[in-house]
Amino acid sequence: MYPKDYRYTKEHEWIKMDGAAGTIGITDYAQNELGDVVFVELPKIGTQLKAGQSLGTVESVKAVSEIFTPVSGEVTETNPALVDAPEKINSDPHGSAWLIKIRLSDPKEAASLMDAPAYEAYVTERAKEHKA
Amino acid sequence: MTIPATAELRKTALNSRHRQLGAKMVNFGGWEMPLEYLGILAEHEAVRTRAGLFDVSHMGEIEIRGVQALDLVQQVSCNNAAKLVVGQAHYSGLMTERGTFVDDLLVHRISDTHYLLCVNAANQDHDFEHIKANNKFDAKIENAGPRYSQLAIQGPKAKEILQRVTPVSLDSIRYYHFAFGQVGGVDCLIARTGYTGEDGFEIYFDPGHSEKLWDELMKAGEPAGLLPCGLGARNTLRLEAGMCLYGHEIDETTTPLEAGLGWICKLDKGPFLGSNVLNEQKRCGIDRRLVGFEMLDKRIGRDGYPVLIDGREAGRVTSGGPAPFLKKNVGMAYVPSTTGAAGTKLEISIRGQAAPAQIVVLPFYKRPH
Repeated sequence: MYPKDYRYTKEHEWIKMDGAAGTIGITDYAQNELGDVVFVELPKIGTQLKAGQSLGTVESVKAVSEIFTPVSGEVTETNPALVDAPEKINSDPHGSAWLIKIRLSDPKEAASLMDAPAYEAYVTERAKEHKA
Repeated sequence: MTIPATAELRKTALNSRHRQLGAKMVNFGGWEMPLEYLGILAEHEAVRTRAGLFDVSHMGEIEIRGVQALDLVQQVSCNNAAKLVVGQAHYSGLMTERGTFVDDLLVHRISDTHYLLCVNAANQDHDFEHIKANNKFDAKIENAGPRYSQLAIQGPKAKEILQRVTPVSLDSIRYYHFAFGQVGGVDCLIARTGYTGEDGFEIYFDPGHSEKLWDELMKAGEPAGLLPCGLGARNTLRLEAGMCLYGHEIDETTTPLEAGLGWICKLDKGPFLGSNVLNEQKRCGIDRRLVGFEMLDKRIGRDGYPVLIDGREAGRVTSGGPAPFLKKNVGMAYVPSTTGAAGTKLEISIRGQAAPAQIVVLPFYKRPH
């Protein structure tokens, strides 16, 4: 379910690293919690972000969810496909529905994030709490 | 995202059905209710184009019986229940002495001495106490919620589906009328009412038969595209149809005249709770009124967001969000009555940014037939 080569946050973002470049999106768990996504607001290319800062919002029919960047750096791309088809976040959250690409100012930051097994354990625990 | 603990919530008789169907459950007014099954958009579309089945057993029922039952109903509500014939229902407001809403409700005239009120789940106990406190008549009031389950089947195919499981001729039940009869072998009150903007029925029956009735209806409806629908779609459907929701458009601070509900406010029926305030408001005019708006770009104005007119805050969005069938983002808000004309430009403040919108005529959606 959760790609092995990605890193994850407790707020349900993922990042895929390629040297000093990163691609950021939200996880399958996050899209499922949100429900049908209808609107995405992303930063301008060139925006400088600090780790933990808001990079934009993903809105479903019911709710607005702020998305936080797991790493610091400069936004180099935003996903143009999400402007007219935000619902892709529901169908392919770990793939074609990435949100932004970022040039990391400190690639070491990503090391502190969860790996796939740790994230999977984290969301399994959360799901159990909800059912309790 | 916070999901409250569900341990102490009340459950309808269909709770395990919802879980079997994989529904996402939420706390609504102290009840654990299905928010969505397949997804709000799919369920919304099903109701607009085919049919949807809703468990609305959380809704409250209050029954009033006695030779002066009508007098009590007339005293506490703003519509004119004397005009109802047996087998007819109407939408009304339960009034404070200030002419504001204790609740909104459906009043069914079962007989000349027996009325069934359908009220909001979260208000049921308060409504009951309020009616009791105003009962100076020969009438008995029963807080009857626990004796009823309620299902709503809504959409252009609702009648055809329901007809497969009932011997009652549904064509003979006109809009906002009801009849008694069996559905799937279960004794029911079948009312042609709803909260979606579509044709449809709301069915009241003994909770012990809930799963049987749910299953019969799903089986009868599945070939026609019937979907189970949750409170998420119930809300987008009523918003798109421009209907008020208690706690949002109407509450103890708003009057029917301000809420655009003058049509349920029958001031000529004689005095009732709050009628002096409402008469005064009718004579002098209202300061603010409820309007509909649509967003002019892709952003979404939501509940509680400030409404700006000429850059200044003029009110708050009472309900706002996507109108999925219209493919627009819409909302309702109170604005000064001098600025309420359709076409008026305003802005919705979204996380500190002003997004353009304009006032439009309610309802946003009206069914074609």
